[in-house]
Amino acid sequence: MNRTLANRLTPYMFLAPAAVILLVALIYPLGYVVYASFLNWNPSQRIGQAEFVGLRNYINLFSDESFRESFFVTIRFSVIVVSLEMFIGVGLAFLLDRNIRGMSALRTLFILPMMISPIVVGLMWRYMYHPTVGVFNRTLKALGFESMPWLLDGDWAFASIIIADVWQWVPFIFILSLAALQTLPQSVMEAARIDGASGWQSILYIKLPLMMPVLIITFLLRLIDSFKVLEVILVLTNGGPGLSTEVMALRISRTATEFRELGVAAAMSNILLLLLLMLTLAMFFYNKITEKRALRQKSEAAEEM
Amino acid sequence: MSKKAYDKQHPAFYALVVAMVLMAVGPIVLMLSTSLKLTVDIMSDTSGLFFLPTLHNYEAVLCKVLWYEPQSVDYCDPTFGRSLGNSLIIAITSTVLTLIIGCMAAYALVRFRFMGRDTVSLVTLMTRMVPPAVLLVPIFGIWTFQFKIDGTLVGIILIYVAMNLPFVIWILQSFIVQVPIQLEESARIDGAGPFQVFFLIVLPIIKPGLAAASIFTFRIAWNEFLLANALSNRNTRTVPVTIVNSLSEYNLDWGVIMATGMLLAIPPIIFTFVASRQIITGMTAGAVKG
Repeated sequence: MNRTLANRLTPYMFLAPAAVILLVALIYPLGYVVYASFLNWNPSQRIGQAEFVGLRNYINLFSDESFRESFFVTIRFSVIVVSLEMFIGVGLAFLLDRNIRGMSALRTLFILPMMISPIVVGLMWRYMYHPTVGVFNRTLKALGFESMPWLLDGDWAFASIIIADVWQWVPFIFILSLAALQTLPQSVMEAARIDGASGWQSILYIKLPLMMPVLIITFLLRLIDSFKVLEVILVLTNGGPGLSTEVMALRISRTATEFRELGVAAAMSNILLLLLLMLTLAMFFYNKITEKRALRQKSEAAEEM
Repeated sequence: MSKKAYDKQHPAFYALVVAMVLMAVGPIVLMLSTSLKLTVDIMSDTSGLFFLPTLHNYEAVLCKVLWYEPQSVDYCDPTFGRSLGNSLIIAITSTVLTLIIGCMAAYALVRFRFMGRDTVSLVTLMTRMVPPAVLLVPIFGIWTFQFKIDGTLVGIILIYVAMNLPFVIWILQSFIVQVPIQLEESARIDGAGPFQVFFLIVLPIIKPGLAAASIFTFRIAWNEFLLANALSNRNTRTVPVTIVNSLSEYNLDWGVIMATGMLLAIPPIIFTFVASRQIITGMTAGAVKG
């Protein structure tokens, strides 16, 4: 009797710690951020003392020039960074999809940039972009060119943070698309070769379409992550010069810590969250649809057999 | 074409591979070499390749935790040694906790069919999408005013465990599904209780999954800056927070900064070399299975 009761309770006991922690430290804070966005709240007040202002924080945000600027900087940054990374990463995967010695060592070296801390990535690049001791300007000077205002001019700074992010995340896309390439059905490749498809033709008409599901997921994952980039930019430019590299995540953190307006920061957080929620749901449903389609094709193929 | 033989490639192809390796590793090598230079060498105009390597910067950074008193350091700043200790405690504790708790939850979800896999992967995705910046305001408010654990290591560990749990549960689930149920049933017939089955039968089988999950958890806990910055005080700062704080000094000592950066980068680099296969498994699983 005691034993069956224990057995019946086991799953709950196994789940309880995780459920409690997620509830207390993740779900609750997320609810809290929604509530906080309706308050005029500064960090020295308890939340109960903060004044309830309804939608005022949101309304103010829409007329807030610098928030709008950071919104567009974020979008521009994400779109440019992710399309560059997809292009380079997938291209490299096609180039390196060969049977060569030391491929796994190569892959190991390539994941280094994304394993090390974003803070350190920012540090390395800040050093390389340094106006006098940085390696870029030194090389330019040694070759007899003018030195460049890497982090000192708005457009250059924007390009600089893009380069650093591309450096860090191309390997991610490279590794995922290489994995996708190497799991393509060999029979299809063989058939294409027998039919006389050239290298380009088999890439364009066979490999790319077959990889598409993985590529789209990779794209969405990377897009979601690119909206979260903060540390690298913080170390490189801290959003400047002006607002040229101030992405939304950075704007939120500055609003909370420098301007001490927690309610406004919460409202910004919710807008960012909404944006990411849409992307995530798109990804989830895309996944579901492709899974269903794969199942259907499998069963159809089975029927035909 | 046999699978074993390696194809012969065009020389240009090897040139491309070498260029890629240089690009991927170059900045890291540059950081390492800078961390071994004296300020004079960093500032000098001559080429950066020829210099006398010195551990001076590392001694300056680690002066308080070294077993000897470095002679080259005149003033010892204890900040970094302390934050290194904090970082280690936080990263290791939160990894261990996340793994234990996540493992149990994943097991319950698989074996007792609580929620569908769909629900779990949706929740995982949802939490994966939440940027730390969004958690900044609520975590600061709740930790400071309600739980009163701001400025403590416990507070930082709690949020790291919560942030990593969904991913860990999700990835371990896909490993636990593959454990044959017959194995567990026979152990149960032999009289093992549910906890014994779990710890003695299931855990040893899913070791590769545990390795992948622990690396990902450790990496996030070790590298995270924003929340640690909001939750820590002078005594509980982690290494990333210390680094960012030291950046605001007017006269940056690049050698010392690079040495701290290198120390922060070393554990992830070691993991990468030891367990790159598990890392790639974890990464591809994350993308391909959604």
